[in-house]
Amino acid sequence: MGKLQGRAFIFKDNVDTDQIYPGRYLELTDPKAIAAHAMEGADPAFPEKVRPGDIIVAGKNFGCGSSREHAVIALKEAGVGAVLALSFGRIFYRNAINLGLPAIRLAEAPKAAEGDLLTIDLEEGTIALPDGGILSFAPFPPEIRKIIQGGGIIPLVKSEQLG
Amino acid sequence: MHAIEKILARAAGKDRVRAGEIVTAAVDLAEINDLYLQVIQSFEAMGGKGVWDPDKVVFVFDHYSPPPTPKAADNHRVMREFVAKEGIPHLFDIDAGVCHQVMPEGGLVRPGMVLVATDSHTTTHGAFGAFATGVGATDLAVVLIRGTLWFVVPEVVKIELTGRLPQGTTAKDVVLGLLQRFKADGFVYKAVEYAGPAVTDFSIAERMVICNMAVEMGAKTTYIQPDDKLREYLAARGIEDYPIDTTDPDYEYAEVHQFDVGQVEPLLAAPHSVDNVHPVGDYAGTAIDQAFIGTCTGGRLEDLEMAAKVLRGRRIPPGVRLVITPASKEVFLKAMATGCIKDLVEAGATVTSPGCGPCLGIHQGMLGPGEVCITASSRNFPGRMGSPQAEIYVASPLTVAASALRGRITDPREVLEEGS
Repeated sequence: MGKLQGRAFIFKDNVDTDQIYPGRYLELTDPKAIAAHAMEGADPAFPEKVRPGDIIVAGKNFGCGSSREHAVIALKEAGVGAVLALSFGRIFYRNAINLGLPAIRLAEAPKAAEGDLLTIDLEEGTIALPDGGILSFAPFPPEIRKIIQGGGIIPLVKSEQLG
Repeated sequence: MHAIEKILARAAGKDRVRAGEIVTAAVDLAEINDLYLQVIQSFEAMGGKGVWDPDKVVFVFDHYSPPPTPKAADNHRVMREFVAKEGIPHLFDIDAGVCHQVMPEGGLVRPGMVLVATDSHTTTHGAFGAFATGVGATDLAVVLIRGTLWFVVPEVVKIELTGRLPQGTTAKDVVLGLLQRFKADGFVYKAVEYAGPAVTDFSIAERMVICNMAVEMGAKTTYIQPDDKLREYLAARGIEDYPIDTTDPDYEYAEVHQFDVGQVEPLLAAPHSVDNVHPVGDYAGTAIDQAFIGTCTGGRLEDLEMAAKVLRGRRIPPGVRLVITPASKEVFLKAMATGCIKDLVEAGATVTSPGCGPCLGIHQGMLGPGEVCITASSRNFPGRMGSPQAEIYVASPLTVAASALRGRITDPREVLEEGS
């Protein structure tokens, strides 16, 4: 579990899962098809703009609303490397960890603008900001670290099943 | 300990648990709805070799009932095959209704149980004294394999409801009033207990409404202490044997709030946020294209009867759509027996099959660009019911019916006074 680097995409408070992944696409089951609609309700151009490793920087309560796991699948498959927010809808948070997408709760908003390059150190619990500043966060507890490191809970449970 | 902690302690095989602790709890009921073929995909990807206890698994086809597209129909087919292969006895097919209505009606929900479902409105079942919470598809797949899931024991916020509801207001206005005060992130990660004399006065249906929309304030779960009213509801469904946990007198709540339901007036959540709550009067006169009464929030018999009371013998204006989606087959049949469906249809309503209806913007009454809808469901997020350019107002079934009658947002007290 090393460092992640990517460009910041800034979003406001209370971005719900309908905005992250609109309901009319819920019947889709192929991750690539799901990814084509990532963040469509908040920024229709997001799927074209996002590049592997990019980082979502949101306000309070990111991922509130529906329990749809498609929201996390869409972000992950679109290449999002991490989501930073002041707080998360709790089901979104669980879904993110389960699928190995680092969802990081911050005590304060990072001083970053759209497109700024951020470097996240998951081990240390730090974010290097473009102005040279460092923002700290509580590193994941061991249980969650194990899931993120293993690429999500699916490979972990699978290895138990085989063992 | 709080009653919720006692439920989690029992499920985790522990004497005590405390807020913040992570416990692995045995699950008593796991429900999967038809949005989440991903449950089966994750189950198979994890090498699942059979569900841990088929009697504790429920499938409900509610969001896509009946299927609006070939893909949705095919997802149902794969789920039916899984249900048959695994010997799962509880499949509520497209005729049944919304999961949060059909599970209690079917006698599957009882006090003291741990219930998880792939739906955020699973908080509804706190009305039955259960520990119930929404989970994602892969979490649910883990439950199908292990029969357990990890939970952080939540802090509990107590909301004491006092007073009596004024004429023209409903439990929906109470929970909108709570959203106005506590906001969409007021109780993230926390449990909400509703207590006080107003809760005792509330019917089971009204309790379900306030528990249902607690998730719009971020709540993980809810709790209402089981009482005689609940015992009667359960006994009518053949459920007599269950533990009832009570909170210890020395339990320290994270927060305690008072809320006087006697001060509530008809409220609505204006676009595009559930906590953008104002008196209905502030928006009176706003023209509407569609009114919707239905869902796990507002589609019970009591809700349809409220609407019928407003609309009986009257007619909605041309060009206005009134969509009614009974929450379940049982609700539908009862509403037919009481004549309330007839009243609504004669008033100009379009009645759909039981289920989630147009709430989540996939069928049965989607909104076009620039259209305005007033709804008895729970959410008005941008694009929730179709076009992101549509505007959605969330209100009580009384307010929705009064607004349908006039073709514009209307305080139901005006219409009820006229009719009396």
